[in-house]
Amino acid sequence: MNINATLIGQAISFFVFVWFCMKFVWPPIIAALEERKKKIADGLAAAERGKHEQELAQQRAAEVIAEAKKEAAGIIAQAQKRANEIVDDSKSTARVEGERILAAANAEIEQEVNRAREQLRGQVISIAVAGAGKVLKREIDAKAHDDLLQDLVAQI
Amino acid sequence: MASETLTTSSYIQHHLTNLTYGKLPDGTWGIAQTDDQIAQMGFWAIHVDTMFVSILMGVLFLLAFRAMAKKANSDVPSGWQNFLETVVEFIDTSVRGSFTAKNDLVAPLALTVFVWIFLMNFIKLLPVDFLPGLLSLAGLPYAKVVPTTDPNATFGMALGVFILMLYYSIKNKGLGGFGAELAFQPFPKFLFPVNLLLEVVGLIAKPISLALRLFGNMYAGEVIFILIAVMYGTGMVLGTFAGFLQLGWAIFHLLVITLQAFIFMTLTIVYMDMAHQEHH
Repeated sequence: MNINATLIGQAISFFVFVWFCMKFVWPPIIAALEERKKKIADGLAAAERGKHEQELAQQRAAEVIAEAKKEAAGIIAQAQKRANEIVDDSKSTARVEGERILAAANAEIEQEVNRAREQLRGQVISIAVAGAGKVLKREIDAKAHDDLLQDLVAQI
Repeated sequence: MASETLTTSSYIQHHLTNLTYGKLPDGTWGIAQTDDQIAQMGFWAIHVDTMFVSILMGVLFLLAFRAMAKKANSDVPSGWQNFLETVVEFIDTSVRGSFTAKNDLVAPLALTVFVWIFLMNFIKLLPVDFLPGLLSLAGLPYAKVVPTTDPNATFGMALGVFILMLYYSIKNKGLGGFGAELAFQPFPKFLFPVNLLLEVVGLIAKPISLALRLFGNMYAGEVIFILIAVMYGTGMVLGTFAGFLQLGWAIFHLLVITLQAFIFMTLTIVYMDMAHQEHH
């Protein structure tokens, strides 16, 4: 266990190794490690940013959807209103039309009735005149009593 | 060691002796063949095994990390790159945690210290006779392959750390400031001899404790491994038992070698931090 010149040799090799390590080994490794650290940090930051952006986009999408829903509801309400209006319009049109048809029919009926009545009246007059003529053939001149007969016909 | 002339104590002794290159008694330079020759070499001798393995491990470390550093980019890492980056990241976190000043040297220093010591310690998990056995076939008389069980290696590194401490202390605080830090605290200024004594002892104790902690742990662990290896020669039952013991001790040492490397690194960072801190 003797101390000898090996001590000096060891000290020299120690310095040489440390120097070599300091010059050629440590700096590139630590530079690479730092660079990777930075890369990872950047990546994480980018991921965080992406996540945030995605959240924003989701929020925006939700807003758009809500707006669209609102719009659609508005459109539906308007359409319903419009439909109601149309139905009401057609109803009133139909009613007016019906009334018009009814009135026309009534008028026609009345006309027919009047015509029939006129006819009837004419016939009755003819019959009455014929009957009266037969009765009064002998006694009354048809021409002399025409005024009286017209009066009678008007009363029927 | 198959030789029957070998006793247990000499087996252990043999395993704890380094392959030493130095001046032999006959005046020539060469590798010592006996313990006596090693003892006579004095200070100017080199532990060839320690130097070779530690430099091999250091080069291995630098090549692996350099290869990774060349390919380093910010894409998805894979395989080895991932593993080595984890190590670098771990060191970087430790340095950021304990070192508050700004110095580009400290993080690479910590990385070198941690990985280098870990690799040197790791040799220990190889069976104790494995490499020395191979090397004795190659004709080498001794081989202690775990560099951190050689105090020269641990003191060498601690010396390096100590020199860096002194350098940065003087650089950051100035010679006067560093001297004042040693002389004028913790007691009032008029007691400066006491302060100086305390602080200098404290200062010198730092590298010594750094070196001794690592050396002590590794050396003790190695001795246990060798003792377990001795049991292999004592018969079937004890040999099997030794197998389990070695497995358990090795698993435990996986923890110890990492921990020791980590402690050495952390203390290095802390000492470097102290060298950068202005004390009142």
